[in-house]
Amino acid sequence: MNHGHTDRRAHRLLAAIVLLVLPATVAAGGKLIGTGGATQIEGAAGGGIVPWALLGGYGTEGENGATAFFSSVDTGDYRLDAIGAGFVWNNRVEISFARQDFDTGSLATAFPTLIAPDARIGQDVFGAKIRLAGDTIYGRWPQVALGIQHKRNRDFAIPDAVGARDDTGTDVYLSVGRLLLAGLAGRNVYLNGTIRSTRANELGLLGFGGPDNDDRELVAEASAAVFLDRRTAIGVEYRQKPDNLAFADESDWSDVFIAWFPSKNLSLTAAWTDLGSIATLDDQRGLYLSAEAAF
Amino acid sequence: MTRRFFAGLALALLTACAAPEPARDAELYEALGERPGIRAIVDETLKNVADDARIVDIFADSDIGRLRTKLVEQFCAISGGPCEYTGDSMKKSHAGLGIDAAEFNAFVEDLRTAMIDLQVPESAQNRLLARLAPLREDILEKEERTD
Repeated sequence: MNHGHTDRRAHRLLAAIVLLVLPATVAAGGKLIGTGGATQIEGAAGGGIVPWALLGGYGTEGENGATAFFSSVDTGDYRLDAIGAGFVWNNRVEISFARQDFDTGSLATAFPTLIAPDARIGQDVFGAKIRLAGDTIYGRWPQVALGIQHKRNRDFAIPDAVGARDDTGTDVYLSVGRLLLAGLAGRNVYLNGTIRSTRANELGLLGFGGPDNDDRELVAEASAAVFLDRRTAIGVEYRQKPDNLAFADESDWSDVFIAWFPSKNLSLTAAWTDLGSIATLDDQRGLYLSAEAAF
Repeated sequence: MTRRFFAGLALALLTACAAPEPARDAELYEALGERPGIRAIVDETLKNVADDARIVDIFADSDIGRLRTKLVEQFCAISGGPCEYTGDSMKKSHAGLGIDAAEFNAFVEDLRTAMIDLQVPESAQNRLLARLAPLREDILEKEERTD
């Protein structure tokens, strides 16, 4: 076992301990349970892959909130870990940071001259989201939020080699979401639609722009979830993605998930993801697990 | 498949914005256990409120007996039961209390916990909350502009 793996395992263990212990010491904010969502893979409050209009944590008007998260998805060929934190001011502005660590796994077998057996790609995502109008539950209008995700590759050798033009990029998205009380057979339903402008290849892990398309593209993302009870939701997500690189086709992503909110301080999410074809390797499906602590 | 999913979602979000007035048939009233069930929900909620440091002070000067009677009337009427709400308007009864979004939600949580403890069916809980939700703008001290 090399040092990298030991470090990562220690990282994950530490993150898990912090996420489980820290929240027990902090009072919860005034939002209703579940309405802080989870943290999506790029660090914004959302589902697993889609950023949502709601803001993270449980601070409502006049309060502040914060979140910390750890997520991991493993398809067998690849593994992506993400860790990060968010801060929400006055239920109005969310700022977030996420560090992604992509284990290229089986890719070394497909491209032995290009990719080392233990090659990883790191990326940092600096996010901000502002609630423009509306509310997740109350009033006439659904919550509408505008967000950005500024992404910076920490390793550009592989993205560069497969044809990416840039090692940084900024996604901009508009998101609309609403919790419908008794929306379906008496169950509460959360619906969210997001439109994103992006040049990112595989979230940006394979850089930005490419020979097939170097411009921004508008992609649509959607989530629908049903709360079985106050603390448990099941749902589906779909995320369109660009296809800028010539060496491989990039697929849209989807997942089905179950999220559990044992308290306002902790959420646990498990999902079955279908990530399609990633960097020439087809049928990337696997389990996604995420834990979020909220304050 | 994808297009249909997005179109359906867009339609659902639009529909959500133009939610029709809830039906006033007695189905919800019955699901809540009619008058005895509603009395129990109100009593349990007020017990939770009394133990809730976040909001107990708001009710310090309230006549709890009257509050109980009026809440039962209101829940009965709003759920389609054979009652008339005879209390003050939400705006008048909450004027000057300075209730904010967190305090409003705290009451919702106390009500929700009461209904869970009393084993009110999940769908009846949610439908009651859905009918109470529009009252929020008259209860909050500073109405937040949401348009």
